[in-house]
Amino acid sequence: MATLKIKNRLAKDKLMLWSVCILAALTAVPLLAILGEVLLRGYDQLSWSFFTEPTPTAYKAMKAVEASEPIPGGIANGIIGTMIMLGMAVVVAVPVGILCGAYLAENSKKRFAQVVSYLTDLLQGTPSVIIGIITYIWVVVPMKGYSAIAGSVALCIMMLPLIIRSTEETLKILPASLKEAGLALGGNNARVMLKVQLPAAFGGIFTGVLLAISRVIGETAPLMFTALGCSLIRFSIDKPISAVPLLIWEFFNDPNLQDLIWGASLFLLLFVLTLNITAKYLAKKWNQ
Amino acid sequence: MNDKIYRIVLFIAALIMPIVCGGVVYALVTDAYDAFEHFGFFKFLTSSEWSYTEGTEQYGALPFITGTLMTTLLALIFCIPFSLPVALFVGEYFKGTKIASVLSTVTDLLAGIPSIIYGLWGFYTLRPVIMALDISPQGSGILTASLVLAIMIVPYAASLSAEFIKMVPNDLKEGAYSLGATRAEVIRKVVFPVAGSGIFSSYVLAIGRALGETMTVTMLIGNTNNIPDSITSTGNSMASIIANQFGEADGLRLSSLIAIGLILFLITALINMVGKIMIKRARIS
Repeated sequence: MATLKIKNRLAKDKLMLWSVCILAALTAVPLLAILGEVLLRGYDQLSWSFFTEPTPTAYKAMKAVEASEPIPGGIANGIIGTMIMLGMAVVVAVPVGILCGAYLAENSKKRFAQVVSYLTDLLQGTPSVIIGIITYIWVVVPMKGYSAIAGSVALCIMMLPLIIRSTEETLKILPASLKEAGLALGGNNARVMLKVQLPAAFGGIFTGVLLAISRVIGETAPLMFTALGCSLIRFSIDKPISAVPLLIWEFFNDPNLQDLIWGASLFLLLFVLTLNITAKYLAKKWNQ
Repeated sequence: MNDKIYRIVLFIAALIMPIVCGGVVYALVTDAYDAFEHFGFFKFLTSSEWSYTEGTEQYGALPFITGTLMTTLLALIFCIPFSLPVALFVGEYFKGTKIASVLSTVTDLLAGIPSIIYGLWGFYTLRPVIMALDISPQGSGILTASLVLAIMIVPYAASLSAEFIKMVPNDLKEGAYSLGATRAEVIRKVVFPVAGSGIFSSYVLAIGRALGETMTVTMLIGNTNNIPDSITSTGNSMASIIANQFGEADGLRLSSLIAIGLILFLITALINMVGKIMIKRARIS
């Protein structure tokens, strides 16, 4: 009787171990399935012209499909638009985010810092579609039109909390003796922050910025009501502009352009995952 | 640069957060005001009418609130049987080993995939499967959207739960082992009770993620403005109705969409706040 009970318990233990292993392994399936599908369906669309030419018009694409030729054109307008908007967002979000993060790290006991910290969480949890609405109200309506500026404002708002958090956390885990040594040498707080603390925290902050970029680069919803999209290659920042995720959305909705979906998705996916892996690798290296 | 200027610069940078957040609330409330004034706040929340014929415009948020709650709840249910094993795998069974770091890299990468690509995958891969299994004729709907949503929130729930499972003190577990408990029993009787509140809060935060997810749901939910009557029927979530109609809306419809955005913002803010407070409590204890 007693041995039976023990056998029963051991069997349960084994069952638990195996089901944990199997179910945990199953979570890798979606990743492989998505990567596999995008790779298999997308790789033969990638060519030089895919990165140098703008999106074709629906009519041109229809003609090509009728003649059973590959659709001409590519996603150059989206790549350039993404770069422009991302560039403007980074230029604003990184310095402001680092300063705000430094404030939080230096004044963590102050009431105001706690409020700012809470608001950072709030903004980070805000759905991206709402950031889109807000930017529409703030920028698109007063400017009377969709523009690259509006798109970059939306991306900037999304990046800010991520950069603030990573800066704050990295500065907080620096040993206090580092700051004290700087102060003892006669530097004031500003000098110590600039010359000692920020350089020491560089790795963590840089990783945070990379992760923030990889997080917003695939965002579609906030760009739909701000940058709108455009089938021309454009460099002006006060006109509607395209972005890679916006193009994917456009291809998804236009039956004539559907053949272009997978190439664009493959490009976006590889870009995002490379950024992600680089950031994690740097974080690990920096921690050692 | 002297210390005073330095402090002022940092303070000004920190002011950006109250300004942005205040601006968000202010803009949403003023632009949603029209809709609430026209239909009445509670009428707007409880009306299931959504018609934009000129003259007899009628907007209500109930179908979309229902759609959001159904997709989120289902996604949570589908996500637990996978995220909990991942958390146990990483945080208990294979804690600190190479295979555990491989699995956490996999879940990290899952979190990095843009939502529009999840949507494409759901549309072109999962939807045909749902159709082939004869679950629903059109393939898209609440169920399809929730399945993909569940995959998307597994990484968030799993990595945070794993962190709490890792923190369970070894001497507690060793005490149980020395009394003859098996590993499964230690997990059930020691790990879960100790890490329970932390694990729970990680699911609350995962809910916060799922509530506002836009593109995936828009591509998979079917986009019909009715209250979904079963999990296989089509519908719309709060985020997806905004994504679908915001670009073409004006006047009262625009205001109604912004009102839906305000409701969504308040719900996610509340859920996230509850989650953060619970996490803080769980970390301290």
